[in-house]
Amino acid sequence: MEIRKMQEGKGLIMEIDGRLDTNAAPKLLEEINESLKEGVGSFVLDMKNCDYVASSGLRVILNAQKKMNALHGTMVVKNVINDVMEVFEMTGFADILTFE
Amino acid sequence: MEKQERKLTVDATLTSLDEVVGFVEDSLSTTSCPMKLTMQVALCIEELFVNVASYAYENRQGVCTIRLETQHTDTDGIVFIELTDSGKPFNPLEKEDPDITLSADEREIGGLGIYMVKKSMDQVTYDYCNQKNVLRLEKSWHIA
Repeated sequence: MEIRKMQEGKGLIMEIDGRLDTNAAPKLLEEINESLKEGVGSFVLDMKNCDYVASSGLRVILNAQKKMNALHGTMVVKNVINDVMEVFEMTGFADILTFE
Repeated sequence: MEKQERKLTVDATLTSLDEVVGFVEDSLSTTSCPMKLTMQVALCIEELFVNVASYAYENRQGVCTIRLETQHTDTDGIVFIELTDSGKPFNPLEKEDPDITLSADEREIGGLGIYMVKKSMDQVTYDYCNQKNVLRLEKSWHIA
């Protein structure tokens, strides 16, 4: 999995390229912990090139949402493919995240 | 009806994860199993294997064996998978399901993987016999 990061003012975009499996999740967690801090007002997670999310990946995404809530910012998960969306729905994540 | 049976034994560590998931995907790719279902089954095996790799042997070294069996025609099929380890007795299916209706801030982080396995497979069972943990799962498909 590769992560591309783009920052524009208070907005941060991360693009995930590849599988968000148990081995990839710590890498995303590290990026999120490093990047989501004071001064970030909006976070976009672009998942158009991510075709697989394990529960470890879901936990990292939940962690990002909690961080953005604590920062009083917003978070949007974008371009989720159907098979991955089903994983979000099955686990109730579809109700706690904002999709676009 | 075509049948296949395959077996893989790996070290029960996260470094074996790609091999385990690859084994499941390769095995299903020669059947009529739809892509989406292949992904679901691979995901479930990942969740169960990660559990074994993380907890079964504590600080000892150990192995995990995955036996996979498929039966299929052009339109229908079924896959049976059995994960076996010789670690301490542990039934992951007894874990309480997470409350998936809570808000992001209230959500706990554990239990999601097993919950996904229970929700997406047709059948999941656990046995402890001959000092081995045996998890069996089963999923069938039908292409309309």
